[in-house]
Amino acid sequence: MHVINLSKTRDQDFINRVERESGQNLSLCYQCGNCTAGCPVTFVYDIPVHQIMRLCQAGQKEAVLGCHSLWLCASCQSCTTRCPNSIDVAHIMDTLRHMARRDGYATEYGVKSFTDSFLESVERHGRAFELGLMMLYTMKTGKFWTDVDLAPAMLTKGKLGFKPHPVQNKEAISKIFKRFREEFAQ
Amino acid sequence: MTTLRYAYYPGCSGLGTSKEYDMSTRAVCEALGMELIDIPDWNCCGSSPAHTVDDRLAGALSARNLVQAGDIEGVDAIITPCPSCLANLKTSRHRLQKPEFRAEVNKLLERPVHGDILPVKSVLQVIVEDVGMEELRYRVRNPLKDMSIAPYYGCIMNRPPKIMEFDSQENPMALDNILEALGATVAPFNLKVECCGASFGVARRDIVERLSGKLLNLAAENKAQAMVTACPLCQMNLDARQNQINVANSTNHVMPIFYFTQLIGLALGFSQSQMGLEKLVVSPRELLAGAAG
Amino acid sequence: MKIGVFICHCGSNIAGTVDVAKVAEMAKSLPEVAFASDTMYACSEPGQEGIINAIKEKGLDGAVVASCTPRMHGPTFMRTVARAGLNPYMFEMANIREHVSWIGKDKEANTAKALDLVRMAVAKLARNKPLFAKSFAINKRVLVLGGGVAGIQAALDCADGGLEVVLVEKTTTIGGKMAKLDKTFPTVDCSCCILGPKMVDVAQHPNITLYASAEVDEINGYVGNFQVKVRKKPTYVDWKLCTGCGACLEKCPSKKSPDLFNEFVGTTTAINIPFPQAIPKKASIDAGSCIKFKTGKCGVCAKVCPVKAINYEMEPEIVTEEVGAVIAATGYDLMDWTVYEQYGGGRYKDVITSLQYERLLSASGPTGGHIKRPSDGKEPKTVVFIQCVGSRDKSVGRPYCSGFCCMYTAKQAILTKDHIPDSESYVFYMDIRAPGKMYDEFTRRAMEEYGAKYVRGRVSMVYPSGGRYVVRGVDTLAGTQVEVEADLVVLAVGAEGAAGAAHLAEKLRISYDSYGFYMESHPKLKPVETNTAGVYVAGCVQGPKDIPTSVAQGSAAAAKVLALFSKDQLQSDPQVSSVDLKRCVGCMKCAMTCPFGAIKEQEVRGEIKAQVIETMCQGCGLCTATCPQGAIQLQHFTDNQILAEINTLLESELEETQG
Repeated sequence: MHVINLSKTRDQDFINRVERESGQNLSLCYQCGNCTAGCPVTFVYDIPVHQIMRLCQAGQKEAVLGCHSLWLCASCQSCTTRCPNSIDVAHIMDTLRHMARRDGYATEYGVKSFTDSFLESVERHGRAFELGLMMLYTMKTGKFWTDVDLAPAMLTKGKLGFKPHPVQNKEAISKIFKRFREEFAQ
Repeated sequence: MTTLRYAYYPGCSGLGTSKEYDMSTRAVCEALGMELIDIPDWNCCGSSPAHTVDDRLAGALSARNLVQAGDIEGVDAIITPCPSCLANLKTSRHRLQKPEFRAEVNKLLERPVHGDILPVKSVLQVIVEDVGMEELRYRVRNPLKDMSIAPYYGCIMNRPPKIMEFDSQENPMALDNILEALGATVAPFNLKVECCGASFGVARRDIVERLSGKLLNLAAENKAQAMVTACPLCQMNLDARQNQINVANSTNHVMPIFYFTQLIGLALGFSQSQMGLEKLVVSPRELLAGAAG
Repeated sequence: MKIGVFICHCGSNIAGTVDVAKVAEMAKSLPEVAFASDTMYACSEPGQEGIINAIKEKGLDGAVVASCTPRMHGPTFMRTVARAGLNPYMFEMANIREHVSWIGKDKEANTAKALDLVRMAVAKLARNKPLFAKSFAINKRVLVLGGGVAGIQAALDCADGGLEVVLVEKTTTIGGKMAKLDKTFPTVDCSCCILGPKMVDVAQHPNITLYASAEVDEINGYVGNFQVKVRKKPTYVDWKLCTGCGACLEKCPSKKSPDLFNEFVGTTTAINIPFPQAIPKKASIDAGSCIKFKTGKCGVCAKVCPVKAINYEMEPEIVTEEVGAVIAATGYDLMDWTVYEQYGGGRYKDVITSLQYERLLSASGPTGGHIKRPSDGKEPKTVVFIQCVGSRDKSVGRPYCSGFCCMYTAKQAILTKDHIPDSESYVFYMDIRAPGKMYDEFTRRAMEEYGAKYVRGRVSMVYPSGGRYVVRGVDTLAGTQVEVEADLVVLAVGAEGAAGAAHLAEKLRISYDSYGFYMESHPKLKPVETNTAGVYVAGCVQGPKDIPTSVAQGSAAAAKVLALFSKDQLQSDPQVSSVDLKRCVGCMKCAMTCPFGAIKEQEVRGEIKAQVIETMCQGCGLCTATCPQGAIQLQHFTDNQILAEINTLLESELEETQG
């Protein structure tokens, strides 16, 4: 088992950043575990959410940003809704994902690829274009058979269009992404 | 009767995977005396992917719609059928109350956010609050008799309560009350706000198979003949992926998954095709034929 | 006037950040100061002797002590000054610790501020006048509010000490929450068996008058002389005649009355005696569910009553009692746990409170002591206990620990195994709080001998499935979500002040917190006193506590009352308002603002004037601020005295700006 030297590895800067970017006070957490108790996706987590909270309190940046759980959180808001100390745990999970992305962690490549594909589709068309983003996703991941079984029904029912329904002012949207990259450089 | 006017945000899925939700929403709202004015040149709210990447990016994508909605005259609220869009628009609006966040988001926008922002509500909320159950009950032509339906709200229609500000976050009743008003039987269903697996259908289908499977199992156990939802993602997971779920869990559910607007439409007297019922993957034809007979 | 000034070091508490010698030195130059010195501990015996000697040797007329808060040592130094032969009110205190040394580190600034405070105190003392306390007679009867174990103990101790006691209980029987418990921890004694004899003692004690089914309407007066209006609520049974035979209960056709005593587990008859050991053992009618009251027909109880005690026409009755002290022991109630919608919010029949579970365990309860599920009457095989429901939960506005839940949950887990040997108990807990004699050992027994499975973590949700309940929680020690399929779920619901506690506190003129618990006078040193003289608290009215602590507080409050009543007369505080008749125009605005009803009209040579009833005046000063003529002045805090302090302070400001 991994031994943590708290005096040497407690990353106060990491703690401060999590608190600042999420707007939450980590020391409010008293480790009752209610977040994990209600977490519907905990079965695919490598570190349960209450332990992520604990590791954040202990300033264990590597362990937190390198875990799979961050990418698998469904943002269902169970943890936030039921936290007895009214901590917005889901927002902390979001914040940690942001940090993991910036610091180059991508332990769930598929999830990251889906996110990237989705946003690329939005950047291009201003709206999500489902068939297009699926193609981007399969190209990124090489998973060519993803949901192929769904395609016939979706296509015949007219639920998967071959053409995007873009916004008129495409530039307004692509500029949001462009300015975002310029202003808040990743 | 005074017309209820709203700025309408359809959401991207309304153009594709949840066409029937958009169709039925527009038809039903019109029938209930609600005028929907599409937000001019609306764009994607960012959905789940944007907020997992950056709060400011997500905020800006939603904010553009909030700003565009301000151009519509004579409306007091923005409404949207999709809980994911709702959550993004509401969260963005909530965070934009903070001057620092607003300043950062405004750096990304062509038209910056100024002053007050219209409140954002779900179509479900305005049908419950502005139309009301009494009015709905009064307009029912074909009560949904002999149909036991499980109301499933999904995880973010009501949560977190501080942002969503509608109905109970643990035991919401809006869909229950609508079903009851339409003459249907409400099947007991105590996983009303449990997650279906959300947008993990593509990248981690195992998550959806397990979580949505649990929902289908409980609905079946409680003798529900169908489920009703207000969320395109939930509907997609439970309906289009029902076969995948059955295969993964060795179950054999044949559970139609309705949008609540489709059921309202049927009860108000719209035809099945007007409500886009043929677009549902698990066909409700047998159930509806049985109920009618 | 010759004033002495004494600057205290308080060890390093003050001297660490205030130049006390300099303050003393500078004080010497103040007008009317004849003597000044610094002293290590002014409150110590040598410190006090130093003050006395200086007063005597220098012939001082008054003393200023600059030290800590007057709430700490004001009375100490007033006695010191009195021992030196001065009037105790020829004394002022400057707080240079809490107001100076403890709140700033800048020694120069602190020293300057300390000197300012000393100058103000000197200026006021120069205008002080000797004041003399008056004596008044006291009524040596005591009112005890609430007939739970704390109130019972207080009543019995007072009565045994020779006092006349009036005990007022809201419900139809005394016994309180303890009477509802099956067993007590950690001894597993039968609760009613150990409480029963005390309840009988109350009924039989010649010094105790018991009003059950009664509440306090109004309390007036002051320490030593309170007038209390007690409202006796109609029971529709003449208790002087009722023998408690129970014939009416057997014949009553209305069996759907809510069963208050059994915590609404099941129902009872509309005419009812709550439990076999009830004191008084008298029947009473719940008019809300009685057929006679609802339809006018029935009257079965009146027909079968052998002593003709039934009286459907009974009206509320007001009784006035005069007492010299009040002990509030109105206990607690469970918080409204239905805010926890994730546990069903009251929709699931087999999710019950710990107090309801006590009734299921009790042989005198609705199931005769057999544990049965409320939904189907079946014996549960798996029972899940959830702790901290409404405790340590800021999100529902209950941040505090209710203290006793850990222990009674362990007890209930043990009793469950006793009742159903093939059952399994799971206890979801956050921390086990068991600091008491044999308490922690008791919780260990629940695990080691009775096999209770303790799971460290909260429960996120409970939902019915397949006739059972899925309890989804977490085992934080194993680091994993866990699910238990339970037949019965028992919630350890946290405590809050009893219903109506706030209303009663206002009648008693004492403070209470936002949870309805009453504030004691000092959290460490005056645990059963309140800030209103003559009013005491005992038991859970002050905060959640277990039975032994409640009993101890009942006895403590009784001891306080006995000590108060050990004198025949009390000294009134002379710091009260007084009216300058020449200035008073009789507008009586002062009487309207007085919260204590201490000002009355009097006629002086044909004119209306205000008059202060000195024993009732609490010295709050509201009247002083109200009087448009400046005719009513609070002694020891007159306008002249306070203005002298302000002027002195402003003088130094003025000098600084000019200099």
